Amino acid sequence: MSTTVIVLFLSIVLLTLYITWWAAKRTTTAGEFYTAGGGLTGWQNGLAIAGDYLSAASFLGIAGMIALFGFDGFFYSIGFLIAYLVVMFLVAEPLRNLGKYTLADMINSRFDAKKVRAAAAFSTITIVIFYMIAQLVGAGALIQLLFGIPYWIAVLIVGVMMTIYVLFGGMTATSWVQIVKAVLLMLGTVVIAVLVFARFDFSIMTMFSEVKTATAHGEAFLQPGLKYTVPLDTISLMLALVLGTAGLPHILMRFFTVKDAKTARSSVVTATWIVGIFYVLTIFLGFGAAAFVGHEAIVAANPAGNMAAPLLAEALGGDLLMSFVSAVAFATILAVVAGLVLTGASAFAHDIYGQIIKKGQATQQQEMKAARQASLWVSVFSILLALGAQSLNVAFLVSLAFCVAASANLPVILYTIYWKRFNTTGAIMAMLFGLISALVLVAVSPNVLSPEAGAAILVGEPLFPLTNPAIVSVPLGFLGGWLGTVLSKESDARRFAEVSVRANTGYRE
Amino acid sequence: MKAGSVYTEERTTPKVEQRGKQRKANVDYVQVAESSRFRELLEKKKKFILPLTIFFLVFYFSLPILTSYTNVLERPAIGDISWAWIYASAQFIMTWVLCTVYVRKFLKFDVEADEIIEKEIKGGSA
Repeated sequence: MSTTVIVLFLSIVLLTLYITWWAAKRTTTAGEFYTAGGGLTGWQNGLAIAGDYLSAASFLGIAGMIALFGFDGFFYSIGFLIAYLVVMFLVAEPLRNLGKYTLADMINSRFDAKKVRAAAAFSTITIVIFYMIAQLVGAGALIQLLFGIPYWIAVLIVGVMMTIYVLFGGMTATSWVQIVKAVLLMLGTVVIAVLVFARFDFSIMTMFSEVKTATAHGEAFLQPGLKYTVPLDTISLMLALVLGTAGLPHILMRFFTVKDAKTARSSVVTATWIVGIFYVLTIFLGFGAAAFVGHEAIVAANPAGNMAAPLLAEALGGDLLMSFVSAVAFATILAVVAGLVLTGASAFAHDIYGQIIKKGQATQQQEMKAARQASLWVSVFSILLALGAQSLNVAFLVSLAFCVAASANLPVILYTIYWKRFNTTGAIMAMLFGLISALVLVAVSPNVLSPEAGAAILVGEPLFPLTNPAIVSVPLGFLGGWLGTVLSKESDARRFAEVSVRANTGYRE
Repeated sequence: MKAGSVYTEERTTPKVEQRGKQRKANVDYVQVAESSRFRELLEKKKKFILPLTIFFLVFYFSLPILTSYTNVLERPAIGDISWAWIYASAQFIMTWVLCTVYVRKFLKFDVEADEIIEKEIKGGSA
């Protein structure tokens, strides 16, 4: 570990702690804690959304996937980007107009039933936990690699930092850590991409023709089909990627940090540009790593390819650039896990404690106290799980979180906004069908069951052939909502009129 | 399902609280929802959102379908760059273009929504 990396590492820690200290002074009400008081501008929130999205899995994972598998690695970039159109066209504005702090708030603007809120809070917490374990396990492995410290200490460092941000600074600190990180990450990525491009004489044609001969795959590297060979599995994965974002609670929660639908809209535009440019640059990162670091060196450092970007930075810019990229990767992990803790805590404190147990009668102080306690417990619980989950495959956990979000949350969100006849039973069944089918199908999929010992968690014949069940579980979520609705007679046209008017005009009484 | 009881039981608990002002239950939302201004706005939104959403989803899924079941995108387009890359870049461009189109279109819808608030909601409930 060099002095440069320690200095950069500590600067990031100090900077984020300063932000937290500054934010803590501004966080006195529950609204400020959950949503920064709704006071972020479109630009700021757009950067924060992009930051939430560009997790370590995006930055390190996609660069590595492209470096190892060429075009097939790029599938992730395409799916993640187009997901923003789903968010923008179908979800962002009605969500902002109807909700307050959480996804459950938005669904409950139409249904007052506690069980609907409980089901929404439950699916939020499930998704957050999966996503969080993925990030923490990835973080532990990464920090272990970068700084040579044991896995458990690495997880503890990240865990303690994220707890401090959320506990003291709430959404204000979480957002600003995210914004700073998004800027640093873009800066690092642009620098590496330009250096890569310079090596290819600033010519796309030269880049493609040189990469064609640079890897052992030869021409196949530039063609689809190196990694994804089962057509239905590819399509199922693409489905989870494109629909999952619009159901991810920590992304949806970002829309409550701005003052109105118009600002929510402009934040999606900012995020789409930043994320889109970033994903274009992942091609340069991946190709650069394939050409200048080489398949063997990348796999030797980490079999999944996660070290491709840092290794490329070292090959191009030496120790300084490598240290900078590592420090940025560290900041990335910190910022994303903080957002997840906050989302999980809000589901516990606002939905379960504030609205269900206290029936909406909790005082500001009670809810703040509950939110802080919930943050602490969510953190401790995730750290414990992450310590025990070291051997789990990170990409599998992330794609599972996307699949659950697409199956359990998206159908109920769309039905709530757009379907007049939809009712309480339908809402509960949509969430349960989606959630349970996604979880069960994964549990019997090749991810968990493999006849080959060591290839998956358990040894056995998989009962479901696809690694990503979205192509089955998403339709099941929609089916559950439809069945629940038509099988029960209840419907409240008056309430739908209110939801529809408010969702489309942004009117608040 | 005891449909009615769900509502009566829950009516007593406060709704999602409104920011700032106190909730006054005076707005007749059914009347607003049935007003011609509101129905026109919904119709215009639907005409804009639905075809474009179908378009971008079909375009998006055509990529994995074409790469999984056919080889057409593996042919070279420009030099060593195959059609798969061109197709993928087109999806990026589509995302940015549709985002911009959406924002422009919704600026107009904002004006109409404000009109509904002024004339149907505030005017209607007074």
